[in-house]
Amino acid sequence: MEPLLKEIYDSIINANQIVTAAKVKEALEKGFGPGMILNEAMVPGMAEVGRLFEEGEYFVPEMLISARAMQAGMTVLKPSMVAANLKAVGKVVAGTVKGDLHDIGKNLVCMMLEGAAFEIIDLGSDVAPDRFVETVKQTGANMIVMSALLTTTMPNMKATIEALKVAGLRDKVKVMVGGAPLTTKYANDIGADGYAPDASRAVALAKTLAAG
Amino acid sequence: MVTKMTFLERLRGGDLMVSDGATGTNLQDRGLERGKSGEAWVFERPEEIVRLHIDFIQAGSDIILTCTFGANCMRAGKEIAAGSVEELNRRAVKLAREAVGDLPVFVAGSMGPLGQLIKPLGTLTVEEAYAAYLQQAKALVEGGVDLLLVETQFDIAEASTAVKAAKAAGSLPVVCSFSYDRGTRTMMGTNPAKMAEAIVPLGVDALGINCGRSLEENLKALKELKTVSSLPVWFKPNAGLPQVDASGNTSYSVTPQEMGALAAEWLASGAQVAGGCCGTSPQHLAQIAKTVKGK
Repeated sequence: MEPLLKEIYDSIINANQIVTAAKVKEALEKGFGPGMILNEAMVPGMAEVGRLFEEGEYFVPEMLISARAMQAGMTVLKPSMVAANLKAVGKVVAGTVKGDLHDIGKNLVCMMLEGAAFEIIDLGSDVAPDRFVETVKQTGANMIVMSALLTTTMPNMKATIEALKVAGLRDKVKVMVGGAPLTTKYANDIGADGYAPDASRAVALAKTLAAG
Repeated sequence: MVTKMTFLERLRGGDLMVSDGATGTNLQDRGLERGKSGEAWVFERPEEIVRLHIDFIQAGSDIILTCTFGANCMRAGKEIAAGSVEELNRRAVKLAREAVGDLPVFVAGSMGPLGQLIKPLGTLTVEEAYAAYLQQAKALVEGGVDLLLVETQFDIAEASTAVKAAKAAGSLPVVCSFSYDRGTRTMMGTNPAKMAEAIVPLGVDALGINCGRSLEENLKALKELKTVSSLPVWFKPNAGLPQVDASGNTSYSVTPQEMGALAAEWLASGAQVAGGCCGTSPQHLAQIAKTVKGK
């Protein structure tokens, strides 16, 4: 890896947002393309953060502050991305399902997906099936990410998938689900396209789904 | 007539005690709709809440928890349509008291997390969190609980704030229980040692472990906790991991007999108050009680 790109990569893993922003700026000035900075330094940096989380080395706080460094870098990078006509990997509508107010996990997933160059439309918590459907219609999103922390609210994931079918949109979007009480089996049973146990694996899954 | 011992007297005397089982899981089995929290039934189906308390008392509970886990102003949005947060908490205590009657059973005021992270990781200020916990704790104290239980915590900043509010709300005993859902660490990376270091100086009467992930991991956390603190330990693990079908029916893999048998090791590892969290039915609780009381 180019030393400057390595510095950006490290600054994300070490969650130093000031360094990330400064180094991204420096890289742009030195003629590195925004796609290269994003895909060869920043995205791999967040992927490493995700790996450290999966291995129990990092926890939620480390992940959150690394995601902030990523965001600081993205802020600097965005104008150049627009200028270079770089598109997001996918457009994602995210939300915690109806009746459920837990959004810590969902926020983490959003940050990690943003770090992996997805465009995020975050609807927050307590999101009714119709709102997911409407947002997909309006934005042309190609993915829905739903979260539920309660066994009592999980059935609203199924309700949302049903609502997508009724609206004729089920084939247009990939549906990912997650949350503490969920399992792969549950995701299959309700007809989702995939389940991820944590934010890091949600990114890997989203990439697979976006590619398929 | 024998004077009833207080919770603190029994705790300090080293008595083994039985807490209760799950609230949410059991209310669902009794018809609580998916998507609704148990607190809603405090107003809508109070007789069911009392019934569940009675079932746990008959199964052997020495301590029952009020149905107020999410009864704070940050979480209890829809459930308080029929009243205020204070009213919800006071009513829930009343239902627990009704179930207890004259029996020597203690009522613990349950206080769960606010559902948002405190600054700088989240958007909530410590002052806002304190105000929310204080409001709930005061209402529980007014309602007449015997102790306050700050439970299922994962973040030291939030738990410390909750404990301070619980202490400020009155002069009742305070128990603080964490959920180690990443093995023997919470999602924030806190282990039992770090938890004890931060929470013990606040003057709690017991430290706890509840919910979490597997029974094995919870037991490991219990053993770790006993090496770092001499305070009594409250232990209320899940009945294993939940399995949910597509219609949202939840089942837990551990049988009442298995849970009862495992309780012996909880006590041997230093738990003084034993019960169960999610998935723990009155039948599970009865088996736990059998083990605890057979000691």
